[in-house]
Amino acid sequence: MKVRILILPKRGLLDPEGRAVKEMLLEEGFKVKEVKVGKVVELEVEEDTDIRTLAEKYLINPLVEEYVIE
Amino acid sequence: MKFAVCVFPGSNCDYDTYYVIRDLLQQEVSFVDHHTRSLAGFDCVVLPGGFSFGDYLRAGVLASKTPLGEAIFEFAQRGGLVLGICNGFQILTELHLLPGALLKNENLRFVCRDVFLRVENNSLPFTNRFEKDEVVVLPIAHGEGRYYVPEEELRLMEERGQIVMRYCDEEGKATEEANPNGSVSNIAGVCNREGNVFGLMPHPERACEDLMGYRDGLLLWHSLIA
Repeated sequence: MKVRILILPKRGLLDPEGRAVKEMLLEEGFKVKEVKVGKVVELEVEEDTDIRTLAEKYLINPLVEEYVIE
Repeated sequence: MKFAVCVFPGSNCDYDTYYVIRDLLQQEVSFVDHHTRSLAGFDCVVLPGGFSFGDYLRAGVLASKTPLGEAIFEFAQRGGLVLGICNGFQILTELHLLPGALLKNENLRFVCRDVFLRVENNSLPFTNRFEKDEVVVLPIAHGEGRYYVPEEELRLMEERGQIVMRYCDEEGKATEEANPNGSVSNIAGVCNREGNVFGLMPHPERACEDLMGYRDGLLLWHSLIA
């Protein structure tokens, strides 16, 4: 199966990349309230793979990041 | 003393570090590569600066998952001295040998310049040659050096003396202007609770000879062999 993991900076933490993109979009005239810049990891794995452990132990740093499995 | 200098694919301050230990400190030193499974026989392990594994995923994370990463963890658990410089510091936080995390600089720029640092804890094997509150100059060169730790943990670290160095101005004041990357509480270097693991963003190996313009870095190296 194909799994996509979206990794984003944790809520409440300073995200300078998101801030920079937001400022650019505002200047371009878009009414943007919030921008977060993260990353995507796409995996092709066996059905019984423990995606949560894989994500939490290896892909993200729970101190500063949160994730969504698609 | 017997030093190990860790070499991961993408380390680039390994030779500078090796040179300082061998030629200036005149101590025994060996390179150990990322496949290494044991650090038995060494007294001090140094994780040099660079971009291990290209900083992929997060700076330091891939290096922390190698056999050498595991060996460093065990070596530290047994009380061995571990020093992480710049990317080495990032690896030590990813190994959870040091608290906190190092994030992209607040201004999103790679910052390469000299900074003033105030020595907050001079009772460590890494800092005993410094005076308490001494202001020293070392170079920094990093894009991801913004130290972050939650407030509660920061308070405990402060109490335990785990904040080792802070960015400051020439007079030793830890001002906002003196903070090059947005680190919480101007933190430039921290140690673990036991005091045998130390990580810092500045490069002490680049400040050891008059030819380089300064030699405050030598105090750190001389502390280790004192």
